Amino acid sequence: MTDTGARRWVGKSILRKEDPKLLAGKAKFVDDIQLPRMCHAATVSSIYAHAKILAVRCDAAKALPGVIAVVTGAEAAELSGPLPSRANPTVTQHCLAIDKVRYVGEPVVAVVAETRAIAEDAAALVEVDYEELPVVADMDAALEARGDAVLHPERGDTNVYTVVHRKWGEVDAAFANSAHIVKRMFRWPRVSAQPIETVGAVVEYEPATQHFFFYSNMSQQMMASGGLAAALKVRPSQLSFVPMYVGGSFGGKVGVYHVAILAAVLARICCRPVKFMEDRLEHLLNGNQHGSDRRYLAELAIDANGIFTGLRCDVVDDYGAYFHLALGAHGNAAAQITGPYRMTAVDYKVTAVATNKTQQGPYRGFGGEVANFVLERLVDAAARQLKADPFELRKRNFLRPDAFPYTTPTGNLYDSGDYEGVLDEAMRMAKIDDWKARKAKQRGNSKRLGIGVATVCERSVMNVTEFWFFEDKPLNPVSSSPESVSIRIDVQGVPIVTIYAPCWGNSPETLAAQLTAEHLCVDPSTIVVNYAGTDGGMLSKGPAGSRFTVMLAGAIEGACQALLAKVKAVAAHRWGCKEEDVAIDERGAFMTAGDGHVMTFAQIAEASYLYRLDFPKGDRFTTGLAASYTYDHPCATLPDPKTGDLGIFYPIVGHACHLVLAEVDTELATVRIVDYVAVHDVGQVVNPMTMDGQIRGGIAQGIGTVLLEKYEFDESGQALTGSLADYLIPTACEVPDIRVSHFTTPSPLTSLGIKGGGEGGRLASCPAITSAIDDALEDEGIFITELPVTPSRLFDLLRAPASDRATQESPAAPERPTAVEHH
Amino acid sequence: MSEKLLVSLEVNGEVVEQETEPRTLLSTFIRDSLGLTGTHVGCEHGICGACTVLLNGVTVRSCLTFAVQANGGKLKTVEGLLRRDGSLHPLQRKFAEHHALQCGFCTPGMLMTCEEICRNKPAATREEIRDGISGNLCRCTGYQTIVNAVADYLENPHD
Repeated sequence: MTDTGARRWVGKSILRKEDPKLLAGKAKFVDDIQLPRMCHAATVSSIYAHAKILAVRCDAAKALPGVIAVVTGAEAAELSGPLPSRANPTVTQHCLAIDKVRYVGEPVVAVVAETRAIAEDAAALVEVDYEELPVVADMDAALEARGDAVLHPERGDTNVYTVVHRKWGEVDAAFANSAHIVKRMFRWPRVSAQPIETVGAVVEYEPATQHFFFYSNMSQQMMASGGLAAALKVRPSQLSFVPMYVGGSFGGKVGVYHVAILAAVLARICCRPVKFMEDRLEHLLNGNQHGSDRRYLAELAIDANGIFTGLRCDVVDDYGAYFHLALGAHGNAAAQITGPYRMTAVDYKVTAVATNKTQQGPYRGFGGEVANFVLERLVDAAARQLKADPFELRKRNFLRPDAFPYTTPTGNLYDSGDYEGVLDEAMRMAKIDDWKARKAKQRGNSKRLGIGVATVCERSVMNVTEFWFFEDKPLNPVSSSPESVSIRIDVQGVPIVTIYAPCWGNSPETLAAQLTAEHLCVDPSTIVVNYAGTDGGMLSKGPAGSRFTVMLAGAIEGACQALLAKVKAVAAHRWGCKEEDVAIDERGAFMTAGDGHVMTFAQIAEASYLYRLDFPKGDRFTTGLAASYTYDHPCATLPDPKTGDLGIFYPIVGHACHLVLAEVDTELATVRIVDYVAVHDVGQVVNPMTMDGQIRGGIAQGIGTVLLEKYEFDESGQALTGSLADYLIPTACEVPDIRVSHFTTPSPLTSLGIKGGGEGGRLASCPAITSAIDDALEDEGIFITELPVTPSRLFDLLRAPASDRATQESPAAPERPTAVEHH
Repeated sequence: MSEKLLVSLEVNGEVVEQETEPRTLLSTFIRDSLGLTGTHVGCEHGICGACTVLLNGVTVRSCLTFAVQANGGKLKTVEGLLRRDGSLHPLQRKFAEHHALQCGFCTPGMLMTCEEICRNKPAATREEIRDGISGNLCRCTGYQTIVNAVADYLENPHD
């Protein structure tokens, strides 16, 4: 399985470098920033889902002692343009609404005051006159809407942002020739990351140099700075981000531009540093970070041997009031649309619609988790329809280990895998026969047991083409996704590693130290890791799409190779030997032949820094011992618009099998997870302790998605989930102990064979838990097609007449309204 | 609103006196007036538990408590868990050993809740620990490693 034996540090659960300061309460988060003369912002938010702004009266607010500025959308627009957006044609959004509000909670006016409390007092004195417009509160209404119900009339008389329909392989033939077709309608709920820290920014503007200093927990600062600068009508070199610790993101803080831009505009207006922290209500309502909100009509074609031959998905996605990431989340889903199965034909149609809700942003999985859910649900439905064993059916359709490298129907590459090996390991860990016996024992009782299974791929190491390859005319067809590192060995021989992405709760300092230690053969506890601000100028995309560890590892390998070349050259010159005769181990450099001389890193560093004239002239022996390296995607290709091939954009493909034993109480209509086994293939594991933490955390979020979480809106677009007492994040009582194990197929494409693993917990848990619920209720004929399975929903399902349950088996699917093609 | 009241209390063993508005939340007072930013604010409506501190030995949501309510009391924050020399409390070390934190934002509040559990229930079972921390939300860990850390600390408090 793995070749960890040869590694010194990679593969070990070393303790985290991040922890001491986090545990002591000394790590600086954005809300901890206090600057001299700093003032505080609060916003006035829309109370209507859709309305024209007729008038804004700010006099009473301005008159309140302690108020510094009251800023309307029109005033903010004098200093800022539209927020960054990838869609073409653009869907215009400003940091404050100008003429019209499009969802409840959209910021309309900002108030700056000496304290946050005064700012909120003043915000309450601002009067806004609205003229209500027809509200588009759900995707079906969006498909029909015309006239005043259109959110962005400048894009045409429709609320359809875009329709994309692609076919790969002989999909119509696959369905025409199939022996069985399994067809279901699925509804994936609007959920989101909801990290415990909301989004915030402190911005200082220096008029003399026209420079903005950002303290912000917005993610991907380096990549964002171009878009932010454009929105602020300045050059990127006029922005500096100061690295901060971030209280969780899970994707949710990637696209939240309005907070930082608004703080920057206010800082410029006030000529004082401004802090703007979302409160929880704002993060729930207008965080620009709700996840996918989709309905699928999905079909699986199966031949007489039980082999899957084709997949059809007709998706409507409720994107909300704006569309800043375009179809990125569907591009993501396309990376592994056929999952771990041999299937060569796919038909994928997506209709993206505008409604009066906050817009979507990424959430752990970025649409891939939805595609995994739908595919695994179809496989479970197929097992039921064909009366097949769900484990055996999956095995029959798995790609075999000799299939790799494998090109998917859409053109993506899978680098390696052994899916049956992962499934077998999970079944062994679970003692699946024991589970089956326990289930049989409780059959017919009010408390039933069900066994859930999901076998899913975890595409990792994103390349950014997914954001635009579905566009007819991409606005910005970027294709670079770099990560950088600088390593300096100081004059005393201590490695100092500088990374260019902040800590989101992943473990960048620990991983950087561990990976550097591996190459330099030093103890990671002796390595110093620090963060560069954007002034550092190195390119970094940061954590997203399960890419960071792999990309960091590539950058570190590159920098270490350059460093070690210098180390060897210095030692060889000192010893008068060939560089090939110098090797590195934990002592430092040593001569492999002859006298077996040894020089420690401290001695080599001393020579490199202080004794220039001992060495020959030329660049090789330039004073110092440092190297920087920018690593870009190891294996990506451009899409081909002519053939419809999407190219390689997510080729480092891990795998996971989750097995869930769940108890369904048919009287209380509740679900309890009794046992949970997760086996993951993330290639070479760098730190099993932190990797397992990512997996368990992702599973906890999957439990939220399946059982608890959903943003609810009424027919007038009012948000009904305005607190964490309404939007339910799993607590310690809902998340069970989870048994995690690894089955490793190293990636042939990456440094040390590492694959990404940051999203797999959530990518696999949603279908696995759901599968356990309806396995427990198989006797009732219940098959879950909609999340979350709350007690009230389960109660309704259990009390529905048996005939209604039967319709779920072969749905008289509601006719999907015809989408209006967007031109 | 602007009339200020004097608040006098013991904070992590030191007597502190400061004027503050009656409406000032204890969380705001701790973070902004006292400069103890280890206590974090997550939801400001009493659900997430990130702002949990000990007031007279009992956990309170500092976002649901006014600063003036702490007058005359003894307050302990995450900074007060540290040993006098600034080193980590054994419970904090257990959190590191068991990877009971990722982003660390909920951690200070979680630590204060766990400190109370350990004091009140030195023989707490895993289920009791789970129940005890169920008022503190963590979005990163899935809680299992937090339960592991607390259980280990209860078994080996002096490690």
